[in-house]
Amino acid sequence: MSSFLPPSERIWWKVPVGKEEIVWIGIALIWSLIMFFMMPYWHIYGKQNLSNEAYQITAPQFQAKVDAMVEKYKVGEEAGIPIVRPPAGSDIYMLGRLWQWYPIFELEKDQSYRVHLSSMDWQHGFSLQPVNINLQIVPGYDMVVTMTPDQAGEYTVICNEYCGIGHHTMLGKIYVKEN
Amino acid sequence: MAQFRVCPDSGFYFDKSAESLMKANAVAGAVCLLIAGILALGVILTRWQEVHLLPADLFYQVLTGHGINALIFWIIFFEMAILYFASSTLLRTRLAAPKWAWAGFALMIVGAVMNNVAVLQGNSSVMMTSYAPMQAAPHFYLGLILFAVGALVGCFVFLGTLVIAKDNRTYEGSVPLVTFGALTACIIAIFTIASGAIILVPTFLWSIGYINHIDAEMYRVIWWAMGHSSQQINVAAHVSVWYLIVGILFGARPMSEKVSRSAFLLYILFLQLASAHHILVDPGISSEWKIFNTSYAMYLAVLASMIHGLTVPGSMEVAQRAKGYTKGLFEWLRKAPWGNPVFSGFFFSLIIFGFIGGITGVVMGTEQINLIIHNTIYVPAHFHATVAVGTTLAFMALTYLLIPVLFRRALFLPWVAKMQPYVFSAGMTLMILFMLGAGTLGVSRRHWDMDFTGAALSFEYPGTAYTMMAVAGIGGVLSVLGGAMYLVVTVGSLLFGKKLDEAAGLLQSFGVPMASGSYNVEQPERLMMAPKLAVEEHGNGGFEAPGTFILAMTLLVCFVVYYFINWDYLASVWPLS
Repeated sequence: MSSFLPPSERIWWKVPVGKEEIVWIGIALIWSLIMFFMMPYWHIYGKQNLSNEAYQITAPQFQAKVDAMVEKYKVGEEAGIPIVRPPAGSDIYMLGRLWQWYPIFELEKDQSYRVHLSSMDWQHGFSLQPVNINLQIVPGYDMVVTMTPDQAGEYTVICNEYCGIGHHTMLGKIYVKEN
Repeated sequence: MAQFRVCPDSGFYFDKSAESLMKANAVAGAVCLLIAGILALGVILTRWQEVHLLPADLFYQVLTGHGINALIFWIIFFEMAILYFASSTLLRTRLAAPKWAWAGFALMIVGAVMNNVAVLQGNSSVMMTSYAPMQAAPHFYLGLILFAVGALVGCFVFLGTLVIAKDNRTYEGSVPLVTFGALTACIIAIFTIASGAIILVPTFLWSIGYINHIDAEMYRVIWWAMGHSSQQINVAAHVSVWYLIVGILFGARPMSEKVSRSAFLLYILFLQLASAHHILVDPGISSEWKIFNTSYAMYLAVLASMIHGLTVPGSMEVAQRAKGYTKGLFEWLRKAPWGNPVFSGFFFSLIIFGFIGGITGVVMGTEQINLIIHNTIYVPAHFHATVAVGTTLAFMALTYLLIPVLFRRALFLPWVAKMQPYVFSAGMTLMILFMLGAGTLGVSRRHWDMDFTGAALSFEYPGTAYTMMAVAGIGGVLSVLGGAMYLVVTVGSLLFGKKLDEAAGLLQSFGVPMASGSYNVEQPERLMMAPKLAVEEHGNGGFEAPGTFILAMTLLVCFVVYYFINWDYLASVWPLS
């Protein structure tokens, strides 16, 4: 009854604590520390980490980089969107805008690419399916993530940050080819 | 002048103005819950792809209104009622500055109406988060600001009431644990509202053209200092409500005041850091910042929740065992009043919050694991377990307790009340589990169409994703039914419930004080410390709550297994660096 009454002991902080509470706190604390150290551990030994590399950039500046890349490495077109096959290991640029991911990429399996992502207008969500990799794309920021596609196939980029009425039509493609 | 009445059933003393304020805030909250519930039906019936009820524009509008009314307005109105109860009623003191409290309430009403009008007008379908640079109408932001200022006034009235109680020595010793928990919620609320002001005031000025640019990333970081912290107010508030309910129903006393209060202290120190959960896959933020913040500095707030998870049911078990329910590990639980919605509501709130809400929250708040979860429908699944079940169901359970005490009315249709926590929890659990599954398959949150109709390119989700969203839809409809049952019982009780006092009339149920004759106490008796136990129950070296300990260990095993399953899943996706 004392959960809503003043404690029965005036000096309540000197009342000894029961055994199961002490044991439980100990176990919970150890688990908390394990979970904490899993994150730095994964930075050292895990393969899925973000680089934290990002630059402030304006929409026209980013657009110019995308256009230059498309011009240089365009190999085709799908639904009016250029398909680009950049050399392995290079910097590649994908932009999100209402309501499109641009351009489409053709990448080689097991090769790494420095993927730059930015938005031309509102916030977007880069959601690569079916692998389910999700990144927040924020206007004014060029986010750099080195990706190494390790399976060939067709991948779709869904927008998963709400961006207005056409949000559900915002799709992009990445094709990964065997080399 | 006499301004207190004593409730003949519970023995609680109610200050006249505090009582009216509690009623007014609770009723306002219930109205917002009603709006949120109706809108919820639109959301879930659209996400259920085979039904796909609403057109895109209406869907996003409805989703915006649902989020704000459920996550902000309903809960904060109800929390104001809890703050006044935990200060004035529990400490047997008059309320500080009732006129200010009413002014705060008026501001909250004006703000809530203004914001809802903005959403209703259709040009503010920006979701609850209203991420810049997408812009809402100015009165969308202004409504939120006024609401927050009103809530801030309520927080200061609460603090003032604590000061008055201490000055007038209305209680002996330290404040009760429930009041301590409410104080925790209040401190977190002040931090939350300050963060809200820092971001919403410039955003409002931007929407009327006085500021020309709001940095989108800065908006996210500061907005979440409000957006996530506001949910931490809920955690502190509903944990306090859990303690209150086990205290009232079972006469339970905290297993250890020191442990439970230290856990609340950990909330004050670390809980708000969780704003980082939303920023884990954002550009321009370092891993050091993410790891420190997302883990509440080494998971110290998770530790606190795990402690409450043991001590709340543990204190109930100790009280039940003292009453003779000592057979086996779980007689104390089997013989609990499962037909009483106050108990069943509390217990489901506790279990679903811990087992589903807590575990999924920590898993998706892990820096790298967030990569496979961010912005999928896994996220709303998680916060429906924490807020829609954890907080909302705890508040519903408390309402059943307060209707006779505060409104002096018997429950209307008690059999509906008896079923309500079961229907609501079953519906929510079904919806949550299948949304978690769909999120794992990459189904996006805040998304109108899983078929991507009209897109230049195409994509097909696996059939399982559709099935999962359909089952989630059924669960959602069942949850809305459970919510409707709650409102039928509460509104029905106020209108048609049997009056428990001759003095109470219809109007008295709506925030108007009881007939003046009821207020015949000038100064309540001093609140004395809880009686000492004849035999020292705690700290004698034994296990007093073995059943609870087994439950806690079960939680831990589920937690560990699920945590590492997700790391394993992460390890299977494309290498990123």
